Amino acid sequence: MGIFGLKSVRLAGALVVGLWSSAAYAQSDITIALQLEPPHLDPTSAAAQAIDSVVYTNVFEGLTRFMGDGSIVPGLAESWEVSEDGKTYTFKLREGVAFHDGAPMSAEDVKFSLDRARAEDSANAQKALFDGIAEVTVLDPASVQLTLDEPNGSLLFNLAWGDAVIVSEASIADIKTNPVGTGAYKFAEWVQGDRIDLTRNDAYWGDAPALESATFKFISDPTAAFAAVMAEDVDVFDNFPAPENLPQFEADPRFQVLVGSTEGETILSTNNKQQPFDDLRVRQAIAHAIDRQAIIDGAMFGYGTPIGSHFAPHNPAYVDLTGNSPHDPDKARALLAEAGHPEGFETTLHLPPPSYARRGGEIIAAQLAEVGITAEIINVEWAQWLESVFKGKNFGLTIVSHTEPMDIGIYARPDYYFQYDNPEFQTLMETLNTTTDPGERDALLQQAQQIISEDYVNGYLFQLAKLGVAKAGVQGLWLNAPTAAIDLTGVSWSE
Amino acid sequence: MLRYTLKRLISLMLSLAVASLVIFAVIEIAPGDPAQFMLGVNAQPDTLAALRAELGLDTSKPDRYLAWVGGMLQGDFGTSYTYRTPVAGMIADRLWVSLPLTIYALVISILLAFPAGIYAASRRGRIGDAAMMGTTQLGVAIPNFWFAMMLVLVFAVNLRWFNAGGFPGWDKGLRTGLHALTLPAIALALPQASILARVMRSALLDVLGEDFMRTARAKGLSRGQAIWRHGLRNALIPVLTIIGLQVSFLLAGAIIIEQVFYLPGLGRLIFQAINARDLIVVESVVMLLVFVVITVNFMVDLAYAVVDPRLRTRT
Repeated sequence: MGIFGLKSVRLAGALVVGLWSSAAYAQSDITIALQLEPPHLDPTSAAAQAIDSVVYTNVFEGLTRFMGDGSIVPGLAESWEVSEDGKTYTFKLREGVAFHDGAPMSAEDVKFSLDRARAEDSANAQKALFDGIAEVTVLDPASVQLTLDEPNGSLLFNLAWGDAVIVSEASIADIKTNPVGTGAYKFAEWVQGDRIDLTRNDAYWGDAPALESATFKFISDPTAAFAAVMAEDVDVFDNFPAPENLPQFEADPRFQVLVGSTEGETILSTNNKQQPFDDLRVRQAIAHAIDRQAIIDGAMFGYGTPIGSHFAPHNPAYVDLTGNSPHDPDKARALLAEAGHPEGFETTLHLPPPSYARRGGEIIAAQLAEVGITAEIINVEWAQWLESVFKGKNFGLTIVSHTEPMDIGIYARPDYYFQYDNPEFQTLMETLNTTTDPGERDALLQQAQQIISEDYVNGYLFQLAKLGVAKAGVQGLWLNAPTAAIDLTGVSWSE
Repeated sequence: MLRYTLKRLISLMLSLAVASLVIFAVIEIAPGDPAQFMLGVNAQPDTLAALRAELGLDTSKPDRYLAWVGGMLQGDFGTSYTYRTPVAGMIADRLWVSLPLTIYALVISILLAFPAGIYAASRRGRIGDAAMMGTTQLGVAIPNFWFAMMLVLVFAVNLRWFNAGGFPGWDKGLRTGLHALTLPAIALALPQASILARVMRSALLDVLGEDFMRTARAKGLSRGQAIWRHGLRNALIPVLTIIGLQVSFLLAGAIIIEQVFYLPGLGRLIFQAINARDLIVVESVVMLLVFVVITVNFMVDLAYAVVDPRLRTRT
């Protein structure tokens, strides 16, 4: 194949593009790159975020749903009523909703989906979302009733998760490879290792989306990701893996850089049951040894918001508690001496693969060394991290971004890997779970943030930024990530 | 020849049996639970137990080994833990990318190396030889993934002659498919071609010093004719050995190159499967690679016998 042949092809291509734009036809397809490929396409039986990135709101919908700003709005449920005692939710379903196989979506499907998720042999990765649902009752084809053991202030939030979407019993056997939902896009094809294609569902109950089709591609290597965007092989890169390249995209008029926030609290997780971390003074010393801004600048190239507790800054109930742990190496050394470690001590620092951990870990190890703590860096894969750190609790320190939305409740679980056991906090969370008044809930959440911040349970570093790159003409993408999703329903090309 | 072939065949079987045991042991020892990986940090113990039972991970290791080997003998490679589709089908799909890529790279490697090696040998000590050896030295030293990135930056990002990666599928036409595999194949082939050219040169030089070459010249053949008729054939034994070894290098190198070009090949599959602790996929793919490498070596052994008749009778 000669150069000339290609040149003429490009020339012809330029002509076609010219004709196109003069006729003002907007492009109707989009190619989106993700770093990881979904293992399968059932959001109700795995934790992989890549599944939700492809199918959430596109293929599958729940009774409620997240919007890009984190708010919860009606999904397949048009409206709902809550009983006086807060224990009964009656959902009225939308009319005219059909699954992609043509079958109408009814209250029976809702019952099937929720019962399946909370069943004894359920493989739902977030089964705790359904705790406290005593019964799901079909009132009529368009209404369904949820009876709870006790009031649950987060029920509508829980039902918005990808793990709570409505599936159909008729197609459940093949859901992993051929997902059939009610969304604006139908699953078309999956060439494993390469791409997943979705096409527009013309029978969709809501507003018809602008794009006719979407292709998801999977590019894990940061250099390959850069090349794919630069060569314009992909239109959008969700969660771009190399923040150091973003200034280059920003300076290039062909692209736009989308910087938003995620639900990921990035923390220096500390084994609260292991010596010497069982001493509050040692944990406080670590908190003062850390220079958050240096980590954000060095590991994330400036992207990320400092946090002082385990809570997302964009949440209305957020309190800025970074003042509890300013960078103060002298104070850190004094606290260590007071705790009986004037010469410091040795520990381990387990680092999973993401760059926030690997790069951040190097910086933190250096900052800890300044106050006398020698942290031996151990690089691990996720599977290894889950086995030895998360399950085996065999670690001193580790860096992880906790990406589940509203997950401060993990501090009420003494068996959770950082092993924080504070009855006061546990009682607070129990109160929170049964409180439905928004004002009271916010007050409780603020109290919770303060307790763990003042107990220096973990080193609180920064809220992970969502860094996306897209071609300049793409509009309507989510800036923030209240949950893992690439909601295509509002995406279009500007003319 | 038959006896020689049989002996080689038995040693092939034994190698495969040992390999299967080693692969299974090593992969099962690696820490990491596939079910935990699938379900993440919020999974409840009963959910994990349910998934483990569903995947058959609650049976003993010897049972799983026997089931795996027994299945493979009947062509059943098991079902992937994560994808939940038959491993044999996944491997077959991926081979349609990896095998053509390997063969493409091998062809490029041979097409570059043979003329380069012969040219250098025939110009021994002169500038042409020195230039060729310098170039191949560079080719050996450059890591192929770095070379791959440079190719992408030049030919995909700047010149836009190729896509930066990905594979459209053979159903889009042979030309489109080959076009997509060209940069990866060149990246894979360059270091191998450099090694092969150096081997070709030194093998040829060894042969050129032999008495029969002088005889060939004495009976009136030109230098070129002598190299072509007598030199090349005798120099091929070490070259074949290297080509045999290179097939395994190319297959292994493809694991990295497939990442750089995000090609849906075996290398990418194994990379993803290791991360997800999809043990059955890792075991089966590694076993397949071992099978291919051992089989290629077996065929190289047979090829020796074809090239060198003395080996057919030797036992």
